[in-house]
Parts: sequence; C-alpha cells; structure tokens
Amino acid sequence: MSTIFLIAILLMGFVITFQIAKASEYVGILKGEKKNNEQNNRINGFLMIVFLVLGLIGVYWCNELFRGKILGKAASNHGEKIDQMLYITIAITGVVFFITQILLFWFSFRYQYSEKRKSFYFPHNNKLEMIWTVVPAIALTVLVGFGLMYWFQITGEAPKNAAQVEVMGKQFNWIFRYPGKDGIFGNRYFKNISDAENNSLGLLWDDPTSHDDIVVSNTMYLVVNQPVKLIINSRDVIHDVGLAAFRMKMDAVPGTPTTIWFTPLYTTQEMKKMTGNPDFEYEISCDQMCGKGHFSMKGVIQVVTPEEFILWRAKQVPNYVQVMKDKLPAPTGTDSVKTAGLLVAPEKLVAATK
Amino acid sequence: MSTDLTIHGPGEAIVSHDPHEAGHNGLHHKETFITKYVFSMDHKMICKQFLITGMIWALIGGLMSVLFRLQLGYPDSTFPWLEDILGKWAKGGKIQPEAYYALVTMHGTVLVFFVLTGGLSGTFANFLIPLQIGARDMASPFLNMLSYWFFWLASVVMISSLFIETGPAAGGWTSYPPLSALGDASIGSKSGMDFWITSMALFVVSSLLGGLNYITTILNMRTKGMSMTRLPLTIWALLFTAILGVLSFPVLLSGFILLLFDRHAGTSFYLSDIFISSTQKALPNEGGSPILFQHLFWFLGHPEVYIIILPAMGLVSEVMAINSRKPIFGYMAMIGSLFAITVLAFLVWAHHMFVTGLNPLLGSVFVLLTLLIAVPSAIKVFNWLTTLWRGNIRFTPGMLFAIGFVSLFISGGLTGIFLGNSTLDIHLHDTMFVVAHFHIVMGVSAFFGMFCGIYHWFPKMYGRYLNNTMSYIHFWVTFVGAYLIFWPMHYEGLAGMPRRYVDYSGWSSFNQFGDLNRFISTVAMVVFAVQLMFVFNFFYSIFKGRKVTTTNPWQANTLEWTTPIRPGHGNWPGEIPEVHRWAYDYGKDGGKEFILQTEPLGADEQHH
Repeated sequence: MSTIFLIAILLMGFVITFQIAKASEYVGILKGEKKNNEQNNRINGFLMIVFLVLGLIGVYWCNELFRGKILGKAASNHGEKIDQMLYITIAITGVVFFITQILLFWFSFRYQYSEKRKSFYFPHNNKLEMIWTVVPAIALTVLVGFGLMYWFQITGEAPKNAAQVEVMGKQFNWIFRYPGKDGIFGNRYFKNISDAENNSLGLLWDDPTSHDDIVVSNTMYLVVNQPVKLIINSRDVIHDVGLAAFRMKMDAVPGTPTTIWFTPLYTTQEMKKMTGNPDFEYEISCDQMCGKGHFSMKGVIQVVTPEEFILWRAKQVPNYVQVMKDKLPAPTGTDSVKTAGLLVAPEKLVAATK
Repeated sequence: MSTDLTIHGPGEAIVSHDPHEAGHNGLHHKETFITKYVFSMDHKMICKQFLITGMIWALIGGLMSVLFRLQLGYPDSTFPWLEDILGKWAKGGKIQPEAYYALVTMHGTVLVFFVLTGGLSGTFANFLIPLQIGARDMASPFLNMLSYWFFWLASVVMISSLFIETGPAAGGWTSYPPLSALGDASIGSKSGMDFWITSMALFVVSSLLGGLNYITTILNMRTKGMSMTRLPLTIWALLFTAILGVLSFPVLLSGFILLLFDRHAGTSFYLSDIFISSTQKALPNEGGSPILFQHLFWFLGHPEVYIIILPAMGLVSEVMAINSRKPIFGYMAMIGSLFAITVLAFLVWAHHMFVTGLNPLLGSVFVLLTLLIAVPSAIKVFNWLTTLWRGNIRFTPGMLFAIGFVSLFISGGLTGIFLGNSTLDIHLHDTMFVVAHFHIVMGVSAFFGMFCGIYHWFPKMYGRYLNNTMSYIHFWVTFVGAYLIFWPMHYEGLAGMPRRYVDYSGWSSFNQFGDLNRFISTVAMVVFAVQLMFVFNFFYSIFKGRKVTTTNPWQANTLEWTTPIRPGHGNWPGEIPEVHRWAYDYGKDGGKEFILQTEPLGADEQHH
C-alpha cells in the first residue's frame, strides 16, 4: 500500500513539475526571449554562489560529523607512515581544492551575463600557462618524493627477527599456518589438499619439517611490537588480506605467493581501551571480490603480549598430530611417524611449495 | 513560436523551409523508412541511434544501482516487490548476495562500456566530426553503420544474459580470473560469463570500426582551410579518444580470448594451484598467472577511463567558450594536454595493481607516471577557469553542466592523487574511497560532459529546444545529489570500508556507517528520479519542444551552425563551406561579438 502511495506522490510531483515547466516556457515567450534569458541567468548565477557557500559549509560539517569514525589510531608502524602521507596529501590537495572550486563558482557568479559587459578577448598567455604547469609539477614532485620514500620503507625487506605466518585465503574464510618450533614451513602441494582429511593446506607429511606446523582457522595470533611477515596465498580465487587498522593490504593470488610485513603496536586489549569500543577487533577483510560470500569473509587478528602468545601456542596441536590422531585410534607418537610415509603417494614427493 | 525560419545575422546565408530540400548534393538518394531510420548511413541518424541506445542502457544501469543501493541502505528491511520482479534472486524481498554481485557487475559494465563509451563517443563523434570539420559524412558511412549494429548486437547479447537461469556475470566489471574462469567458484561465472565475453567482443569490434572511421575522417576529410589547428577542441578530443580505443581495445580482446580458452579449452593462462571448495577438487592447471589477465585488462582498462573523459573534456571546452563569449584559453595548451594525457594513459595501467604483489620498484615507476597525469589535468582546469574569467557568461543548461563538469573533475581528480600514490593505495585500494573517486571523476563528470553536449546540440539534432525549466531542475538536483552521494563515501573509504560488500553489519570496523548508507541510498533514488525526468524531457521535446527558428541559436562559430536547421544527408545543401579562421573568435577586439569560421580574415586581422 505504502509503495503505491509513494509512486502516486512521485507521479504527482512529476506532473506538477512538468506543468510548471510548460507554463514557464509560455511565460518566457510572452516576456520575450531576451528578458527571459536574463532572468534565468540571474537565478542560476545566484545559485552558483549559493552552491559554493553551502558546499563549503557542508564540507566542514561532514568533516566534523565523521571526525571520530574514520581513521582510528594506526595500529602498525607502517600505518603511522601511511597516515602521515595521508595528511600531507590532504593538505596539498585541500589547498588546490579550495582555490579552484572557489574560483570556479566565483567567476561563474561574478562574470554572469550583463548587457554592459563585453567579454575580454584573452586567447592565451604563456607566462600564466607556464605557472600552472610548473607549480603543479613541483607539488607533485613533493608528493611523489614522500610517497616513494614511505613506499620503499613499507615494501622493503622484513627485519631478521620478524615472525612468519602463512595466510591462506579460500572461499570464504582464512587459514593461518605457523612454522612450529623448527621455524620452517613444511612443503605443501595443492593437489594434496583435503578438507575431509583435515589437511586444508595440502601439507606433505613425508616432509618432516611439516610435522610441527600449526594450522588454525579464522583467528591469527600476533605478538605486540614484534615484526611479522605474512606469506599470503590463495587456495582458489584471488582474495585480499585487508587490515584496515594496520593500514595494510595485499592480494592473495593462487599460485603466486605475496608477502607483507609490519609491526603491530598495540594489543587488542589496548585498542579496546584506546578506541573506547569494547567490541573492537583487528579484522581481516577480504578486499578483492571473491564470490557470493565475499562480504562475510572475515578473519580476526588477536594481538597479544609475548606471555599470552606463548600460552596460546602451547595449547595448539600441530596439524600433523591432529591428522594422525584421526587416522589411527589412540596412536602413539612413534606409530604416527611410521605411518606418515605411507600416507603420501610417491609422485607427490617431487612437489613442494613454491 | 513561429515555425518559419527567419534567417539573420552574418554567415547564415543558407535558407531552407523543408529539411528534405537540404539534400541537394552528391549524397542525395531516395530513402525508405528502413534506410532512413534503421540501417541508416547518415552519421546524424547513427548518432541518434547511439544516443538513444545509450540512454536506454543508462536507465537500465541506473536502475540496477538503485536496486543495490536499496539493499545497502536498508539491509534490515524486506521489499516483497523485489521478489515479484527478481524471483529467486530476491528471496523473501531481500537481494541475495549472488544477485547483488550480478547487479554491481552489470552496473559497471553497462555504464562504463555501453553508456559512457558507446553512448558518449558514439553519439558525439558521429554527430560532430563531419559537421564540425566540414564533411558530408564519415569516410566510410557503411563501416559507421556496422559500428552501430555491432554495438546493438553486443547490447542484445548483454541483455539476454540477464535472463538466463544462472544469471549474468557477477565477478565485477573487471572480471578477474580465476573467479571469472571457474563456474564452480561462482554462479555468475557459468554461462553468464560466456555471454559477457561474447558481448564484450562484439563491443570491441564496434568500437574499432567506429574508431578507425573517426580517425580517418578527421585526418582526411577536413574542408578547405580547416587545418588541424583550426579544429574545435571537440574534434581534437574525439581524435585522441579514437586513437586510444584503437590501440588498446585489441589488447582487451586478446585478454578475453585467453580467458575463454581457460574456461573451455583447458588451458592455463590464468590458472594455477587451484582447489575448489564447493566441489572439493583440485584443478589440473599449473603454471598460469591470474595477474597476467590484470595486465591485459588494465592496459585497456586505464586508457578506457580517458576514452570516457576526453570526449567530455572536448564538449565542455567548446560549450564553455561559446557561453563565456570568449575564446577557449590556451588552445594549443589544451591540445598539448590532451596529447599528454593520451600518451600517459598507456603508461600507467599498473597503478590498479599496487597490491597484487607487484615488484615495488616497478610500482614506483607507475607512481611517477600516474602522478604526472595530474600536470596536464591541472593545465586543463586552470585554462577552463581562465576561460570563465572576465567572460560574459550565459547559463544555458549546457553551460551549467560544463561548469558542473569542471567542479566534479577537480574533486575527483584530486582524490586520484591519493590513489595514484602507492603508499596511500595500500590503505585505500578497493575501498569505498575508490568507488567515490571514479564515480566522481569519470562517472558523474563524464555524464555531465554528455549532458552538456546533449543540451547544447539538441537543437541541431532535432531542430527543437529542450524545456529550460526541467533542464535547470535536472542540473541542480543532479549536481547537488552527485556531491551528496559521493562526497561522504570518501569517509567510508578512509575507514578502510571495502567495496562490493552486500552487507557491512557483521564488521565491527565498518558498521558505524549505517545511517550514512541510508542517506546515500535515498539521495541516489532522488537523483535517479530526476534522470527519468530528463529522459521524459528529451523525448517530449523531440516532438513538442519549442522550435528552433535560427540556424545559429547559440551564436557559435563552428561549421555545424552554418547548416540548415534540419540538415539532410550531406549536411550542406550547396557547396561545403570554406574555413578561414579558428573556431574561437568570440568577443574579438573591434570585431563582431562572434565571427563564424567561414568568415574571411579582415584586412587588419592576423591568423591566430
């Protein structure tokens, strides 16, 4: 009912507008084209300046409204640089924005048609054109300079003491792998993947370095103030590890591993206090269209203190041990090692992670 | 409202009461309904075909955006009527995720290619090139006709894909594989994707036929005296647009063909190491790279945004000079900056790929080249501002849209400086900031360029005026609405809010914008309603608009205004006029208020 009502109102509004429009055309003819044009010109010229003033107020008001909602404190070392770059860019482009928009609407208003004015024949002026070639070029050089300086810092090699976590995107959740005590990721091969056999990454069990690898879903644990390097992969289509609070982002491309590194600066608990939001989480959003569950492909990063991390890790059972437990009822450690070789077909031995 | 043609003023010596009389020239031939309105080879009719097809597409594409904005703005509400029209795609009155992604994908494809490429270039290149350079028609009217009908075929295929059981393509307008290559990964990648690729291939053919024709015509068929530096800027812009299209569309086509092979022929150009969750199967493909597709796609995809915006710039430059009653400021600099943009357009594509794992050093080269584009863009903006300065501005509807274009181009161009800087792109990539940026700078502003052109040349196309009051309402509501929709979207993007999400309520980082999304959706609907009014105004005025009574209603200098009010096929009834000066002699000292290009130089005048 309300839909019909709404449509009726819309139609009414339209018919009224149309009638006014038609009537004003006749009035215009009666008044004479010249007079009518002059009147339209004055109205539109006035609206130009109204738009400028209201627009500027709107920009200010919009800034006030969203001030607290857009950029929380950057939670990583790189994030701080990116925010810095953002403020530099906002400052420079902001100046240009205000100058050009004000000139545009002011000129439109100021030089609207008048019978008395004759337009100024001004086809070109080399000096002026030189100025607005060189000045933007200088401004852009500044922006490129700062941008590339930060870019190379951010994309440079990870520090030696960086922890390593493998991130695997799949439709539609995230899997994380820690290398275990040996610090080495065991080999894997995508044809070995089997969700049914609890081998979501396709680890090769005949590679002993894989035996202590810890594989978890959905929540990644990181240590505060310790650099971490993420090795990012995808199991099916392109995903993207989006870390809004850390200001980091990297695509997950099937067949081509990518990496990022950063240092988380605050634990999740600290962020909850700092933001005053008890629900705060470091969320991993998928930022590359990946299918119907794209919008819900969420992971969480828990940034914790070193002590908490050690406690958490002690509780984790390596993927290998879980699998072997599933395979053999009540296995002993030695049994599972023995069976390991039998679980993997010989042709898969050649394959390895890239 | 006299229907008689009263001819007055200088250079308007051609009088004709009957439009058909105007065809006394080499191209005059007997016309049937089919040859005049359907398989027409008259560039003016082909222009109208492109324009009206484009408008139908714009309505479809716009309606799609209204539907998905409804979902975004009101995620908790149900709309039973949606189920009535969309069936299983809106079960329970809520747009399902698959349908949402299909809508987003088709909205992008339709608007970028079918409206702002086919509709914009197709319309104005066809209309203005022969008229403004002084030619009777295109170099090959037949290819020109084919260009439209390939466009039409592409449209038919694309429309059909909306009605197949598995739905249209749903992998985003960029169609990145592997998602677009694997039907098991997404329902939209089943037959819908084949339709999409087929349609796009036809579209590329249309675009190439058109483009080659435009280039040939501009280079070879200019009338006597029309040197390249006397061409109006519209023609320069259309020339560069056509060159961009001819050089980059084939690359896109090759990318699509490889995608087709990957889909059906078992090749591995883009596929490697894939295990599909829905079927629990690993695919045999190894060694391909999905990133290759992105390179091929963006090698067109980036020039494509200039293919969209350059014609708009040309139209705006022309309309702005005419209505400021001043020459366009820095004519040569305007051409130079168009040329610079054209060249740079080919060298910046990888800025869409900063976060794909691209080598950082390579990324830095693309940062530099990308931000370089801001220099010619700045030149253009300042030249437009100077054109307004000390003018005598008439706010015709076309002029309003031209001013609106400049405002939007500034706003959207400046946010491009954010995104082109790889450091900021890390945070802003694929967020609503990007959506806001490209909608302002190439979506809305290209539309403004198009409206500017339609309002300005409608009297030439149909011999009648559009209704002024409706035009002014159309401008102000669209202009204010565009800012209300897209300005706040930047803030969402700064918060890192990803694009292409059907629902944000599950995210603690992004759910603070519920009210804003509702606001944006509401404004979007109002703006869409006003576009409907424009379409009404357009069709109403074709038949009932105020009649044009003079050949040169805007008092412009270019050649199209020396033709009869309703020119026949061949454009000029007698000889093609000869050109003696550039197109921008407005308000020249001591001279008349405006001087047609056909007017010989006075004794005391110098060539520009």
